[in-house]
Amino acid sequence: MNANRIATGALLAGVLALALFPLFAEKFYVQLLAKIMIMAIFAMSLNLLLGYTGLVSFGHAAFFGASGYALALLTPQYHAANFWTSLPLAVAASALLALVIGFFVVRTRGIYFIMVTLAFAQMLFFLFFDTKIAGGSDGIYIDMRPVAKIGDWQVFRLDDFVHVYYLVLVFLGLTYVLLRMILRSLFGRVLAGIRVNEHRMRSLGYPSFRYKLACFVIAGAIAGVAGYLSAVQFGVVNPEMLGWHLSAAVMMMVILGGMGTLLGPAIGAAIWMLLELGFQSLPQALGVDFGKHWQLFMGGFIVLATLLLPNGLISVADLLRGRGKATRG
Amino acid sequence: MADAAILRTQGLTRRFGGLVAVRDVSLECRMSEVHAVIGPNGAGKTTLINLLSGDLEPTAGTVVLGDADITGLASYRISKLGVGRSYQKTNVFLPFTAFENCRLAAQSRLASSMRFFRPALTDREVNAAAERALAAVGLEGRGSTPVAELSHGEQRQVEIAMALATRPRLLLLDEPLAGMGAEESARIVALLKGLAAEHAILLVEHDMDAVFAVADVLTVMVSGMVLESGTPGQIRSSGAVQEAYLGSDDAE
Repeated sequence: MNANRIATGALLAGVLALALFPLFAEKFYVQLLAKIMIMAIFAMSLNLLLGYTGLVSFGHAAFFGASGYALALLTPQYHAANFWTSLPLAVAASALLALVIGFFVVRTRGIYFIMVTLAFAQMLFFLFFDTKIAGGSDGIYIDMRPVAKIGDWQVFRLDDFVHVYYLVLVFLGLTYVLLRMILRSLFGRVLAGIRVNEHRMRSLGYPSFRYKLACFVIAGAIAGVAGYLSAVQFGVVNPEMLGWHLSAAVMMMVILGGMGTLLGPAIGAAIWMLLELGFQSLPQALGVDFGKHWQLFMGGFIVLATLLLPNGLISVADLLRGRGKATRG
Repeated sequence: MADAAILRTQGLTRRFGGLVAVRDVSLECRMSEVHAVIGPNGAGKTTLINLLSGDLEPTAGTVVLGDADITGLASYRISKLGVGRSYQKTNVFLPFTAFENCRLAAQSRLASSMRFFRPALTDREVNAAAERALAAVGLEGRGSTPVAELSHGEQRQVEIAMALATRPRLLLLDEPLAGMGAEESARIVALLKGLAAEHAILLVEHDMDAVFAVADVLTVMVSGMVLESGTPGQIRSSGAVQEAYLGSDDAE
C-alpha cells in the first residue's frame, strides 16, 4: 500500500513537472521533450505486443510511418489539413494497415513472426523509397500544419512548439490511461493468458488468433497516433519513419525501459533519446571523432543495462523498494 | 446409463509418420457415466484425448458430440461446445494465481472477451465460478498463491479446477491423479464420483484402485487399439486383458 502511494505520488509529480516544463525551458529542450514523449507513446504501443502479449513485432515502424504519410497525403498543396479529420483518418490508416498485415503475420509464431513483421514493414519502406509517391526517398514536407479550429476559434496552433508539446503530453496521458484500462479489462486478461500459455488459452475456448489480431490493430493505431504527432512536430515525413532502424530502436526502448510494465517503455524512450543526443555530441579527442561513433557507446550501454537490469531500467524502482523483481501484469 | 451417448467416435485413427498412435478406435461416453481408458504406456491414451479435444486432428475416423460432427475442429471450438480437458503434463499459467487460472477458465464462457474496457476482476459470475472450481478440488484458501509456488500436487488440482471452471458437459481427464499424494487422490476420486452425476467423464488413469472405484465402463487400449471394452467386472475377468496388461504391467 505504502509503495503504491509512493508510486502514485511519483507519477503525479512527473506529470506536474512535464506540465510546467515549457514555462521554464528553452525551445530546444521543449521540442526535445515533445519528441521523447512521442517516442514514449510509440514505445508503449509496441509494448502492448511485446511485453503484454508476447508478440515480438520487428516492423512496428510501419504503423508509425503510415499515419505520418497519411497526414502528408491528406494535406492539400498550399493549404492546411483539418486536425479533427486528419488525425482520425491517419490513425485509421495505421489501424487498417495493421489489420491487413496482422491478418497474415499473427498466424506465425516466434522467429517467423519477427521475420514476417520485418518483411512487411520493409515492403512498405521500399514502396515509398523506390517510387515517386510522396517524394520518394527524400520524403515530403508538410508546410502547413493541420489547423484545429472549432467554428472560427483556433483551439491550438500546431505551428507553435509549446502547443505541440501540450498536445503530445495530452496524448501521452491518454495512451497511459487507455493501456491501463485495456490491461485490466477482460480483453487484457486474455492477452496476458496468451503471453503465458497460448496453447492452454485455446483449449480453454479462446480463439487466440482474433485476440492477437485485435491487439495488433490497437498497437498499430496507437503507433499511428505517435506517427501523426511526429509528422506534425517536424513538418516532414520520409521513408526512415517506416524503416527497420526505427523498428529496432523502439524495440530497444521497450526492452531497455522494461517490457510488460506500463511506464518502462516511456522511461526507455527518454533514456535512449537522451543518450543518443549525448553520445552524438561527444567531442573529438586523440584524433578520434567519438561523436561520430556514438552507436558504439550506445551498444555498450545496452549490453550493460540488459546484463545488470534484465527487467529493464524501471526495475531500479523495485530494487529500491527491496523487491528485486519487476512486477508484471 | 440409459442416456444416449454424448460423445461417439467411429474408427478414430491418428498416424505420426509410420507410427499409428491410435488405430480404429470407436467408443462412447454417456451422461452420468465415467468411462475409463486404461492401457500400458504408449497405448495411445493421451493421443486419443488429444483427438477428442482438438489438440490433434485425426488422420481418419469421426468424432460426434451430441448431434454435431466435431472431427478436426479447433480446440477452442470444441471447448466452447462443452468439452473440458485436463492435461497429463500440468498445463497452466504458472505466473498467475490459482484463482486467476480458474477465473480465466471461467471467463472463457462469456459470449466474448472482446471487452476492452470492462474490468476483468469485477464480473461476479465469473469470479463465483472460479471460486467454486477451486473449492471443488480442495484449494479454497490457496486462491491468491501464484501457481508456480504451489506444490506439484496442488498444481495438478488447479489443472482439474480449470477444466471444471469452463462448466463442461464432457470432461476429458488425462491422468488427473498423477503426482498427487494419497490424501489429494482420495479427494479427487470422491470429486469424480460426485461430478459423474452431472457430467460425462472420460478418464485416463494409471491408478487402478481409483479406476475401479469410479469407472462405470472400462476400455483397455494396447498399441493404439481397443483390446476390450466393458464393465469393470468384465474387464477384470477378461483373459486377454490379464495377459496384455493387468498381469504384466506394474509400471507406475
